Amino acid sequence: MYGTGLAKGLLLTMRHFVESYVDDIRYGFRKYHHSTDNFGIRQGTKTKGVITVQYPDEKVAVPERFRFVPFLIVEDEDHPTRAGKDWCTSCGICAKVCPPQCIWIVRGNDPNTGRPVPEPEAFFIDIDICMNCGYCAEYCPFDAIKMDHDYELASYDRTTHHIHDKERLSKPNSYWRSIAPTRAYEEMLARGSWEHKDAAKEARRGAASARSSAPRPAVEQPAAAVPAKSEATEPAEASATPASPAEGATPWSEDEAKREERRRKALERKARRAAQRGQ
Amino acid sequence: MDNPALTPERLLETTTLDEAISYLLSEYADAVSLDDREGYQGVIVDSRRLVGIARVIRDDLGFDYLSSATAVDYLGAGDQMEMVYHAYRTSGGGALVFKAQTDRENAEIPSLTSIWRGTDFQEREAWDLMGIHFPGHPNLKRILMWEGFHGHPLRKDWREAYYEEDLKPFDSRWPGGHVHRAEEKNVFGKNVTYPPDIDLGRLIDSSETAVYQSLGLGVDVERIMDKDGFETNELVVNMGPHHPSTHGVFRMVLTVDGETVTSLEPVMGYLHRNHEKIGERNTYLHNIPFTDRLDYISSMGNNHGYVLAVEQLMSLGRKYNRPTYRCEALRVLMVELSRIVNHLWAIGFWLNDIGAFFTPVLYFVQERERILDFFEAVAGSRMMCNYMRFGGLFGDLPERLKSVSNLTNDRVRDYNTMQFLTEMINERVPRTIDDLERLLTQNEILIERSVGVGVLSREDAINYSAAGPLLRGSGVDYDIRRADPYSIYPELDFDVAVEAEGDMYARYRVRVTELRESVRILKQILPRLEATAGESIWADGKPGAYAPRVPHGEAYGRVENGKGELGYYVVSAGGRGGSSNPWRYHVRAPSFINLTPMGIMSRGYKVADIVGILGSIDIVLGETDR
Repeated sequence: MYGTGLAKGLLLTMRHFVESYVDDIRYGFRKYHHSTDNFGIRQGTKTKGVITVQYPDEKVAVPERFRFVPFLIVEDEDHPTRAGKDWCTSCGICAKVCPPQCIWIVRGNDPNTGRPVPEPEAFFIDIDICMNCGYCAEYCPFDAIKMDHDYELASYDRTTHHIHDKERLSKPNSYWRSIAPTRAYEEMLARGSWEHKDAAKEARRGAASARSSAPRPAVEQPAAAVPAKSEATEPAEASATPASPAEGATPWSEDEAKREERRRKALERKARRAAQRGQ
Repeated sequence: MDNPALTPERLLETTTLDEAISYLLSEYADAVSLDDREGYQGVIVDSRRLVGIARVIRDDLGFDYLSSATAVDYLGAGDQMEMVYHAYRTSGGGALVFKAQTDRENAEIPSLTSIWRGTDFQEREAWDLMGIHFPGHPNLKRILMWEGFHGHPLRKDWREAYYEEDLKPFDSRWPGGHVHRAEEKNVFGKNVTYPPDIDLGRLIDSSETAVYQSLGLGVDVERIMDKDGFETNELVVNMGPHHPSTHGVFRMVLTVDGETVTSLEPVMGYLHRNHEKIGERNTYLHNIPFTDRLDYISSMGNNHGYVLAVEQLMSLGRKYNRPTYRCEALRVLMVELSRIVNHLWAIGFWLNDIGAFFTPVLYFVQERERILDFFEAVAGSRMMCNYMRFGGLFGDLPERLKSVSNLTNDRVRDYNTMQFLTEMINERVPRTIDDLERLLTQNEILIERSVGVGVLSREDAINYSAAGPLLRGSGVDYDIRRADPYSIYPELDFDVAVEAEGDMYARYRVRVTELRESVRILKQILPRLEATAGESIWADGKPGAYAPRVPHGEAYGRVENGKGELGYYVVSAGGRGGSSNPWRYHVRAPSFINLTPMGIMSRGYKVADIVGILGSIDIVLGETDR
């Protein structure tokens, strides 16, 4: 019969209409008040009807992998040996792997020797250009640059606020572990320690040389550094049994000559490439 | 295939691809030669004989569907321009790749529009961006750039306004770190060349006249407008570029006789950013997040096509491992979820276009939100997923979707991933599709608006290189997942949705069937995910390098995306060790090529139908304009 299809469709619309009041009545209209509980009712699996998030009064929690504009990890202020030190070694991989090329790094040089030191002198990210792809965090070999969860970056003046310098970019390690505990834990497993790669190596070397003379310094981060979240029990267990450092790992300084050699070769290659390109 | 009488010549359709190539090589030895460059495939055709041989390829060898036609500039590597054509059979199978070469100065290759109308826009694009002239093309003018534009930007020696270096990574980023804002560097006009007679203060666009001319109007629009009284029986109407029905900045110039459309021409390029030029400056890895920005409704599918193309190239090298089974299963999972997102979106907005304002969209988008939540938790972003890598993925599924967060409401929407997926695939998505059908399929208003409107015949659909639901809605049983399978599709059980009528309603029904088939595929993916839990997602067991070297050669990776066939033609021109930047990176965009038959589909219908017809093609301007 003509019109049955139409009527069926309208019944569906009717159902949606009724459903938008079912939850209201069940919860006595309190689901619109801004509180965590009410938000939970509205955003839960069983909810019916109006599910609007009243942004900015309420915000949906972002998942751990959420990525928005990178930040740099610096050591916590209460770190025993490296307080406030950058994790970044200015190796430049993030700048190379950045698709829109929004990262600028000034490599640090030792004022006495002129040799590069593993620490950036300056670090800039133009967040107008950044496309939030997350490559810098993904390919950083030192876990030093991470994607943030803070998506509210609006400002009144883009010319002064939208190039983030090192100061603006730096956030403590504990912040990263609080926003992404699972991933921080996975990274710890890959690195073999909660410490920065270099710090761990140095500590290992120190331990090796100290084995004969001095008492071994405390290297491993205590389990207390794990974020105080109930879900984070796993990382806590793991930090109690850190993966053992590879035996006989080459200390940093022995590599110096090799690194210098590699660097020289790389510069030659680069010059050659530039010459080819110029032709 | 319902072929008419099989003449002895048409029997050649049963030949294999290799036999077809050797047939061409033996019968037309003077005009066809094998492309024996390292890593290349197919044949090179003498451009003077191109049209004749193309007819042989279509009629005698049965390669009736021309998927892609694009140009490559081999500056410094032979110094010629080359048109590359990928022809397929609608009965399935691989591509017959044929190429025609011309020199860079006075580049000229005969137009194939008389054989395949689907080359219409693609040849215009090649003219626009590469500067190849196509004698015989009915309407050869710029398509993405404006008519007054100087130069052909995809040529290797053309430099853009923000030019820094030929290839990324740029040297100024590290270790010197010379920070600058892009606009500080770009003094207007500094590295762009304009023709001497152009007035930069007042850019005059001569393309308007060209547009009206091509519509066969005696051009003088003002004269037509000036007809006195109510005698305006032919009128030019500009729909767009800022029109809510065009889904972005897209313009249709139509001539109407009363309410009836007599001719229509799509005008595009308002969102053009020369994606392909950017892609050629980029390294291979850099391009993956850029593909997200093409068809931003289904970015997972875009990733997939591109990584398939580059993996094809990598497989030419000595060391190559296929992606693991879990990786493939996850890719299919993501792509099929995007297809659901895409079709829900397409149907919803098509309903908007024909007058059911926003009620259906909002019902369907609810489910889309859940899928995007899932993408966000797995890939890190709702729409710009950037999830796939060469030989792997960004990451495996997390154990929980919302594990912890620094916000107070972090317990809300905290689900076990597999439970969430199972519930979504088995209950919620099918329920949404049921609702959708109940609301629409038998709806009399919808039927009256869409049945018999915007008809595209089977022959035209093939000849105009239509793809996706547009092609299948016209009765062509062609789905790349079946016809030229990739990933793990051969082992999955699903039906190709096809409807014979060729009108808007048929395309709607194709989309609904595809939604159901996607759910069917996803139900088969779930046990595969459970069985492979713990397996590495990386082909080599560890994450890929940040600057992979890709061996010399060409590859065409294509996938069945929600909107149709999405193809990536990638050329690597590296030396011995391969290259880390693509020499040519071309996107065969379904939204772009599906607009080619828009003119013939609209002829004879009312102005209000045009909006619906455009909606039923389902375009995204990010992909159309690239």
